[in-house]
Amino acid sequence: MSTPVVASPTGFDLPTAQKRAILSMVCLGFGALFIGIINGLGQALNYASVDILQYFPGMRDYYQGLTVHGVVNAIVFTFAFANGFLALTTSRALARPLNATWLWVVFGLMVAGTLLAGYAMATGQASVLYTFYPPLMAHWSFYLGLALLVVSTWVTTALIFIALRSWRKENQGERIPLLAFISAATYLMWTVASVGIAISVVGLLLPWSLGLIESSDPLLSRTLFWYSGHPIVYFWLLPAYVSWYVMVPRHAGGTLFSDSLTRVVFVMFILLSIPTGFHHQYTDPGIGTGMKALHGALTFGVFFPSMVTAFTVLYALEIGGRRRGGTGLANWFLKLDWKNPALVAQVLAMLTFTLGGITGLINASYNLNQAIHNTAWVPGHFHMTVGSAVTMSFMGIAYWLIPYLTGRQLVGRGMAVLQSWIYFAGVLVMARGLISGGIDGMPRRTNMLEAAYSKPSWELAGMLTGLGGTLMFVGGMLFFAVFAATLFFGKKTDEPMDLPLTTTHHPPKTRGWEVKLDRFRYWLVAMLILIAVAYGPFLVQYLPAAFESPPYQFY
Amino acid sequence: MADSQHPLDAERIEKVFLIITAVMLLTFLGALFYSAFGMGMHLPDREEQIDVREVRDTPPFDEPGVRQVGDNEYEVVLLGYAWAFQPREIRVPAGAKVTFIATTTDVIHGVHIEGTRMNFMLIPGQVARVEGTFREPGEHLMICHEYCGAGHHIMYGRVIVE
Repeated sequence: MSTPVVASPTGFDLPTAQKRAILSMVCLGFGALFIGIINGLGQALNYASVDILQYFPGMRDYYQGLTVHGVVNAIVFTFAFANGFLALTTSRALARPLNATWLWVVFGLMVAGTLLAGYAMATGQASVLYTFYPPLMAHWSFYLGLALLVVSTWVTTALIFIALRSWRKENQGERIPLLAFISAATYLMWTVASVGIAISVVGLLLPWSLGLIESSDPLLSRTLFWYSGHPIVYFWLLPAYVSWYVMVPRHAGGTLFSDSLTRVVFVMFILLSIPTGFHHQYTDPGIGTGMKALHGALTFGVFFPSMVTAFTVLYALEIGGRRRGGTGLANWFLKLDWKNPALVAQVLAMLTFTLGGITGLINASYNLNQAIHNTAWVPGHFHMTVGSAVTMSFMGIAYWLIPYLTGRQLVGRGMAVLQSWIYFAGVLVMARGLISGGIDGMPRRTNMLEAAYSKPSWELAGMLTGLGGTLMFVGGMLFFAVFAATLFFGKKTDEPMDLPLTTTHHPPKTRGWEVKLDRFRYWLVAMLILIAVAYGPFLVQYLPAAFESPPYQFY
Repeated sequence: MADSQHPLDAERIEKVFLIITAVMLLTFLGALFYSAFGMGMHLPDREEQIDVREVRDTPPFDEPGVRQVGDNEYEVVLLGYAWAFQPREIRVPAGAKVTFIATTTDVIHGVHIEGTRMNFMLIPGQVARVEGTFREPGEHLMICHEYCGAGHHIMYGRVIVE
């Protein structure tokens, strides 16, 4: 009745050197998150009229801190975790080692990228925020650092697909193990998606910051940014989905509903993640409303696989809860293993993601976007997606991943459970503040403490933002305490460990249309056609770009 | 899978769930497009491009300000620059059709007239044109809502509806 999601269900242990490389990536990611969360506290308290950023060493102003917050959380943390985690899942799923040298190359690229971008940000030469829209110009090391971080994901793609190809050669005619399929699908999507940001950063902004190109074309760079900037949210999210589909059912004692449906979901992300970027540019002049409407409709399409995901995880949780004695309509939910920190973190992550998804649909809602575009609503939304659904899932994964990679037992299970609840409560309070403030016109990305304008009704929104942000900070610090204690003081165990892997209720089909799902080549072609349809008309109309905009360093 | 361990007819629930999802998404989308193309609540469209280095010499941006262009119609020529709007104060009568024609002289800025759906970006080289009507008399903040440098938070104006 049930089938495994990996090639070798009885176990496959990664060579120690590879575990070390992956552990290094995960530590780099969470190290970045540590810095990001400390800066986040400064931003949240700023809304509540409390200025702690002035005590941060070397911090010149709010926007410098905000740039650090965005870059280390949304790029370094997420990239480092995904590179390590999905390299591991691919290797485990195919039961074959990866190339250890190249894993270290990935790590090295990320360290170099982080140091270069970090230097520019720390010295106040790159206060251009995470979106770095020209003609605001940063130091060249900022762009070079970002480029290296993107290249690190490409090397990971190569590692994954090389492993997959050699597995297929040895196992002709077999279905790709589900865990390998969804890991590879994530990196295929992101690799095509990241081309936009790569062209903008390497082709236009880096030479511009070095003085080789005089001017920029702001709308072109902005469009290239959002070509990558929407699918990047799925690159953040899909590693969490990998866990929700394949690992959370195991934590919950349930099972994965359907192998085919899972593959369909990831294929939909390959197809629909990218041709949606204009919904970040609804209010931009220079882009036709027809193309905006098309991207809007496609964004609604990419909401569909997330609803399938909602069904599938609820199924797994309900089966698990009922097996533990749950009955009735909702009682099974209470019967889940609320003492398992890996499960608690991820179930709470799913709950915030429900709200994150709904608010995201509103963002994508064409003219309704005008009510909230660039208001505090937007960070309210994405702290319920990447800022909690993704972050809490990665924390939950870390609760078994660190023991797996180090051979040390988790220290402080109780604190780990508590940590999730505090962070969860914090993000809900903060999002309530930001969302309500945003509907009321409070802008995002603005030093509200020193703003020349205000509205009395923003006060409560700001207080809630500060309070919620503080709770998130406390929850985050408790996580780092558990993380560090496990890493350094966890009891060594010789017990062989494996990834927590689910079984599948509806197994992979060996005949019929489902077999074709595994042909990544088809999806790649279909994806490129959709991208051409979504971006082609704009580019044909817009190019050649004007490149008339001189650079500014207003910071 | 209605066995003792799994008392759920998951396959049927799945189908119903997915059909409801699809119907819901299509309904939302239909409502949005009706409000846009049926009721005329439009997003900024593609307009003309100008040379950002010569904005102040290019009509109509050589004369920023509010002017009456028709019976109950007004035009607001608006410039954004680090870190102010020109004009800083806009006065229009309630119920009048108001067209904003706006751009920036330097970096990217944004315009949000809080409490309304007047919300658009100012991008170097692009002209933004947005139409709307302020129905009620009152005062609105006009906020630059895109980060534009160290003084971003001092960049704002007011719209006074009389």
